[in-house]
Amino acid sequence: METTKSTAMDFSKETLKALDDYIESLDDKQGLLIHILHKAQELFGYLPQDLQLYIARKLDIPAAKVFGVVSFYSFFAQEKRGKHNVSICMGTACFVQGAERVYDALRSALGVEAGGTSEDGLFTLNAVRCIGACGLAPVALIDDKVFGHLSEEKIKDIIKEYREGMQDEDQYAESAV
Amino acid sequence: MKINTLSQLSKLREDGAAVCQLRESGIGGGSTAEILVGMATCGVAAGGKQTFAALERALRNRGLSHVRLVKVGCIGSCYCEPTIQVNIPGQEPVFYGNVDEDAAIAIVDSHLLKGNVLESNRLQIGYEKAGLNSKGQKKQQRIALRNCGSVDPENIMDYIAFRGYEALGKVLAEGNPEAVVNSIKASGLRGRGGGGFSTGSKWQATAQQPTGEKYIICNADEGDPGAFMDRSILEGDPHSVLEALAIGGYATGANKGIIYIRAEYPLAIERLKIAIVQAEELGLLGKNILGSGFDFTVELRLGAGAFVCGEETALIHSVEGGRGEPTKKPPFPSISGYLKKPTTVNNVETLANIPPIILNGAGWFSGIGTEKSKGTKVFALVGKINNVGLVEVPMGTTLREIVYEIGGGIRNDRDFRAVQTGGPSGGVITKADLDTPIDYESLKEIGSMMGSGGMIVMDDSDCMVNIAKFYLGFTRDESCGKCTPCRIGTKRMHEILERITNGEGVPEDLVKLERLGNTIKISALCGLGQTAPNPVLSTLKYFQDEYKAHVIDHKCSTGSCKGLLRYRISEEACTGCRACVKVCPVNCIHLANKPAYRIDSAVCTRCGACLAACKFDAVIVE
Repeated sequence: METTKSTAMDFSKETLKALDDYIESLDDKQGLLIHILHKAQELFGYLPQDLQLYIARKLDIPAAKVFGVVSFYSFFAQEKRGKHNVSICMGTACFVQGAERVYDALRSALGVEAGGTSEDGLFTLNAVRCIGACGLAPVALIDDKVFGHLSEEKIKDIIKEYREGMQDEDQYAESAV
Repeated sequence: MKINTLSQLSKLREDGAAVCQLRESGIGGGSTAEILVGMATCGVAAGGKQTFAALERALRNRGLSHVRLVKVGCIGSCYCEPTIQVNIPGQEPVFYGNVDEDAAIAIVDSHLLKGNVLESNRLQIGYEKAGLNSKGQKKQQRIALRNCGSVDPENIMDYIAFRGYEALGKVLAEGNPEAVVNSIKASGLRGRGGGGFSTGSKWQATAQQPTGEKYIICNADEGDPGAFMDRSILEGDPHSVLEALAIGGYATGANKGIIYIRAEYPLAIERLKIAIVQAEELGLLGKNILGSGFDFTVELRLGAGAFVCGEETALIHSVEGGRGEPTKKPPFPSISGYLKKPTTVNNVETLANIPPIILNGAGWFSGIGTEKSKGTKVFALVGKINNVGLVEVPMGTTLREIVYEIGGGIRNDRDFRAVQTGGPSGGVITKADLDTPIDYESLKEIGSMMGSGGMIVMDDSDCMVNIAKFYLGFTRDESCGKCTPCRIGTKRMHEILERITNGEGVPEDLVKLERLGNTIKISALCGLGQTAPNPVLSTLKYFQDEYKAHVIDHKCSTGSCKGLLRYRISEEACTGCRACVKVCPVNCIHLANKPAYRIDSAVCTRCGACLAACKFDAVIVE
């Protein structure tokens, strides 16, 4: 897995241009800082500090303000994430249906704590609050796909399937949308 | 096409009357049969898309392509998703649950081809729409959820057919904003997001500010874990919120509405975007709406995952693009809110109640519910309950009716333990209060609160100390850190609870918890901190014996607290096969009384490996 810190210069010109165009299209640029950060994360996968600085200069606001906002909201990631985002729902409905056990199984299957990325760079584990699929509790999301009525065995099998399905694929591709 | 007058709007509604009749009663409903498929987030997660595709294929292959397939929102029956509704002209609409691909094909073959209802999947609907002619025969009365599951959320014509935008047309034609405020005030509608403040009074406070730049914000930052009624409304009936915002804007003198919505709800965001574009195209949002001279636009602002942003001052800072930290009130947002201008903040469910109040009158609404809590409330009924889903009941309905009659009782016939309402800000309701009529005041009296309407049912296998710890963990994580009582207090409370559930608690911990909890309540800055200790204080009050068992006997009767479990080996049953010794990760199983082995409790990590390895049931967990 790539561990070197990337700089804004690493980002492709096209992606940066897409971000610039988006910012240009807005009227209330500073008021829409959160939207801009959403867009940037969608384009780059995460929000490294160089990118935060880039956005701050673009909007003519202190970088501290951008960092303050990025660090405040749990949706924004400052670290590179794995190819797949595994989000276990820790809402109350899931909790009373045994989400904790599923979470433990996930942590041991991936070898990471919440927020961490597995060594092979395939999975980033998140514990999220209610995703509103309480009827299927306990649930987990892998990227946009919902897996319901989970048990410890079931989640391990699902992770295994993902791992096996990935063997032929190229190692780590930027998850730009 | 633009709608410029009220009569043009009425004409569109009449054009859609057949659709409306077909879905409501099946009588006089035109000539085309249709199938409605529930496609909200939960329906899609349960396989709604596959069901939709299977229906499409089955209809095509059987020459029934004329049957219309319509994607609708959620009817609230989460326990049997995917759900569909089959409407054949001249017949009562039929609901089906658990419709997977096979069932979808079976329904097409049996119901649509041969006219026989497929009884095995038939779903009895336990609600009726609370209209003027509602008979009140069913426990559930739908006002806020009236259109969820009945209209295509991506088609404004469906909404118009169900009297959509008629209320907006009515208030614009009457031209008296003050009367609108008075009517909402007289209806007794109170904020459904948690606070329970009078919506009319809120509107009045903004309306009384001098004319100028004003805003109305819809709070769609539904963060309470286990509550999803706002998502359901936005996904199933987005126009009702847009219409209500426009009405509120007109009443308070605001020309701009903002919907602050959490980024975790992508489908709701998408449907809102579509709804805004459609309403603008028809001129129901924008300049000079219905020729009245009133301008109103709606904009979306996304959250980014912070529970505290549900608090209105924090929300406003987030809408402005900053950190969502609360500020002291007063000044209230009605006087100085977004961009320091007068701002009204209303919750999604609150807004969804507005159009029916305007259409049916304040008296109609205030006739439903209890003395101080009017209308209905949507609850997300989840946890150890048979019929998980969204229910909407008149205020004053008892918990017993909700759990046993609507919810179908406790799963696996276990014993009812408690219901948590108000989420991380609320408390538990026990068996003793099952017959309390639910409204804002009565819930407060028994130490809980209405909150946004999450209702988590727990049975006798749930440890209340563990549940309290769960909620404290939530508020600790979500505390914004601005004020000390909340930032440090919730952390300390969580630490104490962590100790207790690990078996290291002492009786004095209970005194500390209570004292600390009460201190945070009176000293925290905003609603999040002030209510954060509630789950602990409430469980301490009602389940004191359970806390005592944890700190004195170091026992957890439900076995939920792993740290309190004791693993031991029965000397009678142990054969000395050493299967457990081989799997023990900490080597704490030693030969004791030959051939039996013994577990050293001081070293044991309670991983359960020995339990799984033993073929003779000799490992006992206490």
